[in-house]
Amino acid sequence: MSWTLLLALGGASYALKAIGPVLAGGRELGPRVRRTLDLVAVPLLAALILVQTLGTGHRLVLDARLPAVAVAAVLVWRRAPFLVVVLAAAGTAALLRALS
Amino acid sequence: MRTTAEVTSSRTLSSAAGIGIAVGVYGVSFGVLAVAAGLSPAQACVMSMLVFTGASQFAFIGVLAGGGGALAALGPAVVLAVRNAAYGLSLVPILPGRLRDRAIVAQLVIDESTAMARAQDEPRAARRAFLATGVSVWLCWNAGTLAGALLGGGLGDPRSLGLDAMFPAAFLALLAPQLRRPGAPVAAVAGAMITIVVLPFAPAGVPVVAALAAVVPGVLVARGMTAMSERASQVQVDSPEEVG
Repeated sequence: MSWTLLLALGGASYALKAIGPVLAGGRELGPRVRRTLDLVAVPLLAALILVQTLGTGHRLVLDARLPAVAVAAVLVWRRAPFLVVVLAAAGTAALLRALS
Repeated sequence: MRTTAEVTSSRTLSSAAGIGIAVGVYGVSFGVLAVAAGLSPAQACVMSMLVFTGASQFAFIGVLAGGGGALAALGPAVVLAVRNAAYGLSLVPILPGRLRDRAIVAQLVIDESTAMARAQDEPRAARRAFLATGVSVWLCWNAGTLAGALLGGGLGDPRSLGLDAMFPAAFLALLAPQLRRPGAPVAAVAGAMITIVVLPFAPAGVPVVAALAAVVPGVLVARGMTAMSERASQVQVDSPEEVG
């Protein structure tokens, strides 16, 4: 992992946060722009869930990750704390792999 | 007796501390996964200090862990950080006046600090809530990352521990509360469909960024829903006149 890219991500992240406080002093976003920005993370997270659950290289593969994410989904729905959700997913995948 | 302002301020501080602790736990899982994805503990810690926005950091190491290069990991991580620009703009009225101070506190612009600031009624309380939550989350997130990164090195094979399943579970927990927004379910489903189509031939990281196009149908649906609810409220306002 290269330090350069890590620092680039740090720079980009700070620049985005600072646009308002440092550059735009006082100007605000219209409701339409804000609504669009509010939605940006949604398809991205959905895509990440899909790729991380089923993706293996360029293919979709069914393995222990799918039941693990199903368990996580039930826990998210039941409003379980974040740590419980991710540990249950890891535990489910680990258990299934140990059994198979 | 304590004044209302004092009660509000101590309540703000205790919520800020509570949010910090919850984020610290999240930081531990980030530290463990970052090391499992190939970052050194030092890199994991520097990332949490400088990038300091959870979803982007998880996306970055998620693409790395899935076999993508660091350059491929950069796209999704930066796009996920775009919402912080919207937060920063919305916080301008309550931030300190001096440019140097604003430049320093800009690093604290994240989901939690913005939400806490927005929950306050008046600007001074909002600034205090923003700063208290931002500092608390920054400290706990970095302490958690350090602990997780040191712990993670000694854990062994990430796959047999099911660590790869932690990524989609973490993203699911991040996505769920956002699905209540108008148009969000459509954007989520359309994003997933775009990814399925693009995945077979695009390089790692690209399918996730391509899913961004799904914002368009999401916004269209949200606009339609707003128009419909406005019409519905007009009908409600109008109806007593019709009866009368």
